[in-house]
Amino acid sequence: MGFLENLINGVSLGSVYAIIALGYTMVYGIARMLNFAHGDVIMVGGYVSFIIASSMGLNPLFGILAAVVVCTLLGITIEKVAYKPLRQSASLTVLITAIGVSYLLQNLALLIWGANPKVYTSVVAGWPKLMLFDGQLIISAETIVTIVVCAVIMVLMVLFIHKTKMGKAMRAVSEDPGAARLMGINVDSTISTTFAIGSGLAAIAGVLLCSSYPTLMPTTGAMPGIKAFTAAVFGGIGSIPGAVLGGILLGIIEVFAKAYIGTQFSDAIVFAVLIIVLLIKPSGLLGKYVPEKV
Amino acid sequence: MAKNFSFSKLWKGPFGTYLIVIVAYVIFQVLASTGNLPSVIIGLLPTICAYIAAAVSLNLVVGISGELSLGHAAFMSVGCYTGVVAATCYSAMFDIPWLVFFLSMFTGAAFAALAGFVVGVPVLRLSGDYLAIVTLAFGEIIKNIMNNLYVGLDASGLHFSLTSTTDLHMTNGKIIINGPQGAVGIEQLSTFFFGFILVMLTLAVVLNLVRSRSGRAIMAVRDNSIAAESVGINTMKYRLMAFVVAAALAGMAGVLYAMNYNAVVPVRFDYNASILILVYVVLGGIGNIRGSIISATVLVVLPEVLRFMSEYRMLIYAIVLIAVMVLPNVPAVKRFLDYLPTKLPFLRKRSEVPGDVVGGAE
Repeated sequence: MGFLENLINGVSLGSVYAIIALGYTMVYGIARMLNFAHGDVIMVGGYVSFIIASSMGLNPLFGILAAVVVCTLLGITIEKVAYKPLRQSASLTVLITAIGVSYLLQNLALLIWGANPKVYTSVVAGWPKLMLFDGQLIISAETIVTIVVCAVIMVLMVLFIHKTKMGKAMRAVSEDPGAARLMGINVDSTISTTFAIGSGLAAIAGVLLCSSYPTLMPTTGAMPGIKAFTAAVFGGIGSIPGAVLGGILLGIIEVFAKAYIGTQFSDAIVFAVLIIVLLIKPSGLLGKYVPEKV
Repeated sequence: MAKNFSFSKLWKGPFGTYLIVIVAYVIFQVLASTGNLPSVIIGLLPTICAYIAAAVSLNLVVGISGELSLGHAAFMSVGCYTGVVAATCYSAMFDIPWLVFFLSMFTGAAFAALAGFVVGVPVLRLSGDYLAIVTLAFGEIIKNIMNNLYVGLDASGLHFSLTSTTDLHMTNGKIIINGPQGAVGIEQLSTFFFGFILVMLTLAVVLNLVRSRSGRAIMAVRDNSIAAESVGINTMKYRLMAFVVAAALAGMAGVLYAMNYNAVVPVRFDYNASILILVYVVLGGIGNIRGSIISATVLVVLPEVLRFMSEYRMLIYAIVLIAVMVLPNVPAVKRFLDYLPTKLPFLRKRSEVPGDVVGGAE
């Protein structure tokens, strides 16, 4: 039973990584930038839903809604103010700006909400647990909700990318921004939309993450952000099924490493697996291999 | 000889860079000894030197070799911990502080170079963003190991463990590295003078490497690896050379950094620290050694100067960082910056040769 329980917990943690990784991979695929501030948007989402649901005592659903709206607006603002002027700049300039935005969000959160960790009340608190095999295997409502939400989001994203006009525009921009512009696609608004979607997903990830791991601090988003980023690379950056696969595998590896090898080395093992995968398949699990042309 | 002598040419070359560092050292030393420098800054001087060395060495990887590394602080941590262990052993042998310091520094550099080699061989098979994420991953792995490393010294020698201090099986020994608490009870041997020596040494290594045959090969690989390969340059060898040299220099910086404090926790060298060093390099100008020196100094001092703003200081730091990166690219500001030199002749750039950024290569 222990194995099955770990597996389910791993898939649940991995689902959170997968949702965050979706934001990373979409932004990278379209704007070719590593958005280091993505992890901190998760933290903002966590705080906003905390304020609405726990402090003001409203229905958690309003908390989730508010978090998504605030984070989407935040994502659009960050993109407009910090990244848009840098479209033509070197990738390192954009990277450093993203790091600056990450510091900014963390320190704003520190000023507004303080350094003391907040105890987050799960959005599905009080929902029944699922008991299987005569109560030997207990699955919490958070775990089930996280996995279901992740699956729904992935299906919706794939449909959005492949069936809608905006999704088509996104694929075109990620292929060749110059040619896309010549075809009458508004590249700027496409990139803004991508940021908006990625940040909205980050808000949902923040709510789910804090429901399962209920400590909320200004640095809460940093480590999951980094892990999700490795998950996106692991699955092949730029690929949506890759991000989900990478996230879930990373979550499973992390939980198994904690259970069978020891908590203290779990991060090292996660990163070691990433390195091994990249050395064997440099473009990630589902990434496209683009040979270098002379 | 004398006819061809030109000060401005000499100034643009490596000697100008050395001169800046020497003059800055003398000024700070005089200010400190006459009591015109706040004690916070005096305590910070070796740290500034350590970060300058780290930034210059990272510039060798990012600017000269053209690889984005996000795990540079990990090499500092390798140097730091091996250096501290070595210092404890050496001080049992001799009682000469400077000898102990420099021997530990070279021991730290050797181990950091070894770590650089072990990490570099697999990592440098990748390129671009993938290389960046793998260096970040290696940095986190090294931090994770350091977080669980226990080292002690007793009469029978060094003891190592990856689980706990009781597993060291020591009798009346001294614990040197204590897991998440990091290196404890460090002898504070670092001085501003040693820091100055380290900066000069780092500059000498990097500037001479850049102007050597190997340095030109490294830059050729950066500019076009396929073209470089086609003229018979072993691309892997030269990329690895830059990476390992930079790791060794970062290791030395780590030793200097550690010995300025009583204790150093492994979290000091996490990916945030690596990114901080990268910020120094990018703000100073990628490939520009002097820029790295100046930006490292300013950015290490800035949070201390902003201390009077207490909780707002990191916020200001973040805003300054974003503004410096974004503002030159905002159209209105860009037009203003292009307009300025036409009115103010001394701001006019003399040359726009791309090779010129490298500490003034010929």
